[in-house]
Amino acid sequence: MSQTQQGFMKALKCRECGREYALGATHVCEFDFGPLEVAYDYDRIKSVLTRAVIQSRPQTMWRYRELLPVAGEPTVGRQVGYTPLIKADRLARRLGIRELWVKNDAVNYPTLSFKDRVVSVALSRSVELGFKTVACASTGNLANSVAANAAAAGLEAYVFIPQDLEQGKVVNSLVYGANVIGIKGHYDEVNRLCAEIAGKYPWAFVNVNMRPYYAEGSKSMGFEIQEQLGWRIPEHTVICMASGSLLTKIHKSYQEFSKLGLVSQVPWKIHGAQATGCNPISSAQKAGLDFFKPQKPNTIAKSLAIGTPADGFYALRVMKETGGASEDVTDDEIREGIRLLAECEGVFAETAGGVTVGVAKKLIAQGKIAADSSAVLCITGNGLKTLDAVVGHVGETRDIRPSLREFEGLLAQERGGVAVAAGR
Amino acid sequence: MSVRVSIPPTLRKLCGGEEHVRVRPGTVSDLMAQLQQRYNGVRDRLCDDQGRIRGSVLVFVNDEDIRFLRHQETELRPGDEVSIIPAFAGG
Repeated sequence: MSQTQQGFMKALKCRECGREYALGATHVCEFDFGPLEVAYDYDRIKSVLTRAVIQSRPQTMWRYRELLPVAGEPTVGRQVGYTPLIKADRLARRLGIRELWVKNDAVNYPTLSFKDRVVSVALSRSVELGFKTVACASTGNLANSVAANAAAAGLEAYVFIPQDLEQGKVVNSLVYGANVIGIKGHYDEVNRLCAEIAGKYPWAFVNVNMRPYYAEGSKSMGFEIQEQLGWRIPEHTVICMASGSLLTKIHKSYQEFSKLGLVSQVPWKIHGAQATGCNPISSAQKAGLDFFKPQKPNTIAKSLAIGTPADGFYALRVMKETGGASEDVTDDEIREGIRLLAECEGVFAETAGGVTVGVAKKLIAQGKIAADSSAVLCITGNGLKTLDAVVGHVGETRDIRPSLREFEGLLAQERGGVAVAAGR
Repeated sequence: MSVRVSIPPTLRKLCGGEEHVRVRPGTVSDLMAQLQQRYNGVRDRLCDDQGRIRGSVLVFVNDEDIRFLRHQETELRPGDEVSIIPAFAGG
């Protein structure tokens, strides 16, 4: 492959044995089944990618394109990313920490989750490799993103999801005209089926044969955090874990920016958040193990319900190396986390966001994130997609007739009446 | 009756291009030995130096992950179906 066909990529490289492969649609090492990862030419990247260059580009995830695995200009999802990083002072006070930031991918474009990042990379690369049909195994958000971005790019899409997903996530895939296949089983079973389908059909499965490219897209969330913090790495980052891939890639984004001299190298801690009803990684971390036991998930955080997390081993390693910790939260604590974030910061996150907030609260209370430090919470998806999880838990409307008298009667009843008009 | 094993694309070159092979009943460890006997080198791809199935390899018997059964000691009976696939990523 010529340099123009490769961009700044060098090869695909096995994370276990280091064997190198051509930059095609393949994800596993033939020799030990280890996952393949994109290797880059960092010397060349360093010679062209500076803060000034990045800042001169449009505010999308593609402002870091040399560090993303496409050979030419991206063709799918060119508007994705650069979501707000909010200084969350009210939430900081509630959780008892000096400085807190919320990276808000609940408003990522176009499908309101961080998955638009990985999908724009995977589909841009799929187009480069000549695929006409794209596919994925998904807990919902990925399916939405593949469906939407494929539609916009004129690609055919097959998305495979567990049949019992939230209605919001199902409709958000169907509306784009994708082929949505509901599987009677857990995500892990969906994924197994997809691994078999991917072996048989010449499709670009974003999280199977395109996985090395796809996973790299997550780094952009970490690049943005560093730039938006004023070119620095946060002391603490709390990230929810399904497969554990996002956590490892945000860590990698900090390593890459340090290596390129875009930020100064300071110690950072990466913390992982899971739901108690599916906590293979956090329970292993708490027990001090470097391997996990697979589980059968049972949690309202369906986007995190992966019982056999492919990157669990690597996520454990990142937490260990950085001195990070892990916790998990119950369904009630997840709902409380969603409300806390909504009431303090006006951000409505999906269940995974409730997991991140709930776990941050626990880690701060335990002193694993020091009260006198600074932390970033990664919010990965939008609450409008998981309404089912909170309906009936966020209060009820008080219904009255269109009458001022009735309204004032209601206020008097709720506020004790006196001085309502004057008190404002 | 034999046990039917699906071979993942990554291993097919080594297994004469076969998508499925049939083996004798026994344990999953016996299955690895039988595959190795037939297709030299296969076991090294799937197992580490101590003969343990690698973390990056998943084995299913009749759609159930053997880690929920008896791992490599899981018995394979006549008519059982085995799938070998690489560990997978999130979604």
